Amino acid sequence: MALFWRRSPASGRVAEPLLQVCGLSKRFGALLATDDVSFELFPGECHALIGPNGAGKTTLVHQISGLLRPDDGSIHFAGSDITRLPAAARALRGLVRTFQISSVIDSFTTLDNVALAAQARHGSSFRFLARADRETALNDAAMAALADVGLEHRAQVPATTLAHGEKRVLELAMALVQKPRALLLDEPMAGVGLEEAERLITLLNRLKSELPMLLVEHDMQAVFSLADRLSVLVYGRLIATGTPEAVRADPEVRAAYLGDAG
Amino acid sequence: MHDALELAATRPQSAALRSYAPALLIFVVLALVPPIALLGPEGYVLSLTTRMMILAIAVISLDLLLGHSGLVSFGHAAFVGLGAYVTGILITEGVVDAFTILGCVVAASALFALVTGAVSLRTSGVYFIMITLAFGQMLYFAASSLSAYGGDDGLTLWNNAQLLGTGVLDDPRGLFYAVLASLIGAFVLVDRLKGSRFGRVLNAAKSNPTRVTCLGFDVFRFRLAAYVIAGVLAGLAGFLSAVQTEFVSPATMSWHRSGELIVMVILGGMGSRNGALLGALAYVGLEELLSTYFAHWKLIFGPLLVLMVLYAKGGLGAVLAPLTGERPRG
Amino acid sequence: MSTALLVVQVLNGLQLGLLLFLIAAGLTLVFGIMGCINLAHGVQYMIGAYLAVQFYAWTEHFGLTILLALATALLLGLLLEIVVFRRLYERDHLDQVLATFGIILFVNEAVKVIWGPVPLSLPAPELLSGSFVLMDGLLYPTYRLAILAAGLLVALLLWLVVMRTRVGMRLRAGATHPQIVSALGVDIGRLFMLVFAFGAMLAGFAGALAAPILSVEPGMGDNLLIVAFVVIIIGGIGSIKGAFFAALLVGLVDTLGRSLATDVLKLAFAPATANQIGPALASMLIYILMAAILWVRPTGLFGARTS
Repeated sequence: MALFWRRSPASGRVAEPLLQVCGLSKRFGALLATDDVSFELFPGECHALIGPNGAGKTTLVHQISGLLRPDDGSIHFAGSDITRLPAAARALRGLVRTFQISSVIDSFTTLDNVALAAQARHGSSFRFLARADRETALNDAAMAALADVGLEHRAQVPATTLAHGEKRVLELAMALVQKPRALLLDEPMAGVGLEEAERLITLLNRLKSELPMLLVEHDMQAVFSLADRLSVLVYGRLIATGTPEAVRADPEVRAAYLGDAG
Repeated sequence: MHDALELAATRPQSAALRSYAPALLIFVVLALVPPIALLGPEGYVLSLTTRMMILAIAVISLDLLLGHSGLVSFGHAAFVGLGAYVTGILITEGVVDAFTILGCVVAASALFALVTGAVSLRTSGVYFIMITLAFGQMLYFAASSLSAYGGDDGLTLWNNAQLLGTGVLDDPRGLFYAVLASLIGAFVLVDRLKGSRFGRVLNAAKSNPTRVTCLGFDVFRFRLAAYVIAGVLAGLAGFLSAVQTEFVSPATMSWHRSGELIVMVILGGMGSRNGALLGALAYVGLEELLSTYFAHWKLIFGPLLVLMVLYAKGGLGAVLAPLTGERPRG
Repeated sequence: MSTALLVVQVLNGLQLGLLLFLIAAGLTLVFGIMGCINLAHGVQYMIGAYLAVQFYAWTEHFGLTILLALATALLLGLLLEIVVFRRLYERDHLDQVLATFGIILFVNEAVKVIWGPVPLSLPAPELLSGSFVLMDGLLYPTYRLAILAAGLLVALLLWLVVMRTRVGMRLRAGATHPQIVSALGVDIGRLFMLVFAFGAMLAGFAGALAAPILSVEPGMGDNLLIVAFVVIIIGGIGSIKGAFFAALLVGLVDTLGRSLATDVLKLAFAPATANQIGPALASMLIYILMAAILWVRPTGLFGARTS
């Protein structure tokens, strides 16, 4: 696949990619889970990654976020090579991800979950004696993020008591409070009801102008209403990248994916 | 349960106070033990209570790992033993100043925790349990082969540590209050740690380390720091125990001791505010009581422990939860 | 050190290694297949030794004693599985640790009550009580050679069972993909029970074999258990092959270390210092070895599972 600079849709200027994945490969035994994958995420765009179950989407997200080491290839973020950087360091550089299976800290309150995330960006966390739950700077930032996603009324309840849709929104608030430069969203709509999905899409649509996002998603409605560009992953390989219309028209994609999705 | 939560939300100050009530009560009662002991077998009561308090320090430090961070460390007694041995060896070599000894105890336990922690924390789950067990056992065998310092039989101290040149630590009552002060210090320290930024990261990493990593925290470093802090506190308990018994022995490091420490944490209800304190006191009390009446009390205690694990999780903390307004944590 | 002494030490090391393997095999299978950590495994080794002493007192026949001890150890393993362990497989490791710790407290105490706290001994069988001439001027107790042979035989049998039989195939599959095995209609509960009891029997066998060369006393399995842990950590949890090689490695390093450390240190230190440090260092060797191997391979030499 040829790589070339393109015009960023938001600014209309020629932009350098914020995230550039180049020739990424990951093998599990005999299974080639990621097969020479290359794509970019430009400032101001939402780039969706779709593919049938087992296509290797989550494996790819794990490599980009640093939870898995690729066997081959490179990942550049904001101009520097982060291929060998540990996951925590990537988050601190502003490449922040969410999880497919809601992974909030169940024993914490909603607010504490977001405050924990805020803590990563506000000074050192090797502070041993002062009470963290009384730090107004953290709590204010957390409340603001919760208000941003419309979850402030649930701030004081334990996260276990949140409904599934609310947990997804909480995940988003935890990501936002970190002031990310790019978001990796691993199936943010997974298991969410219709009404909740509408809300999430509206929210993400509002965010995407200032926050580039790589959206890994099953939900076609979400993908087509959010994505500026689409990449299709099948058996670990990217078979197409382009605007939603172009990808939708691609015969190979129709055969491999959209065909059996209906 | 719901009422309790609402109450906690509307009146945070009094709820916080209430959650400290058991600890406060225990400290007050402990402070009164020496005068009360005058009425009975003073020596026995003082030495038993002092032993309880020393163990409580070790248990509180273990709970920071076990209950708060989800790290099942099975080598914690080794730190107690290390503290005791450093104390014993220094006193044997003629160093008796308590603060000098303490400095060496802290340095030795921190170093041992740093090295063994760096290896064991690279693993998780059952590997972590077995490796901490193995490192504990390593120290046990090393101490057993120190023939110059008593070897298998242990080391009797013919001298004792001096606090600022005084014999306070040699006096049962002086030692009692020194240990009580250390216990309160350890309790407050660990309680503050748990509520701090550091403690929040540790606690979050207990249930979901991957999530916490992806928030930008290097979980390994936080856990290693906790491991070192817990090790140093346990070393302090070892120092106090050597000073109290004027005897150090490899037996204090055996993995059975580590197991007992874990049992005490569980007995009190791990991760709860007062659990470790309660657990240590209850365990020693129970042991003392049962063994007075029945030499083979472990025949009862062993099955009891199995039953507790199978049917009564939460320990004493769960029993006391309605009183303290604390939600028991698993 | 003379060659003769070295040969003797190597043989002793191998013999310790094989005993360790018998203990570690059950431990690593129970963990690999059931995901259950069993601290009470050392207790099963001790029970094997006590059973041997008891049955010998009754039968005065060594072969019969071993057979009876094996059968009883198997039955006790079954009992323990039914009463406690099957309730633990689904629990977290902390629960498993605590419950099995409770079992240790109980059994160690029960042994004291039944057989007394004083160490007991078991004579080696008449037939094997002599010594064997290994080379000129070098005698080695025949019984120790018999232990070597028995250990190797069991290892071979175990390998055949695990690699060549249907049960073994299920075991290996169960260790990696328990859901698939149960989906195939294998009764996982029964498989677990058999594996557990079989592991208990192997540990008991090790105890019975060791009874004539060690003193039989309460808690005798407790320290050996930790060494068995070191073995399975080095070998990789769940791997029989790993347990075998790691057991021999640990046996050799420990035995040779103890006899050589002081002499080696004398090259660098004054003899008095070497005499002090040598034994302490020797006793730490296997743990240092474990740490070093873990540093390079966090899942052990043959392990794939992470936790």
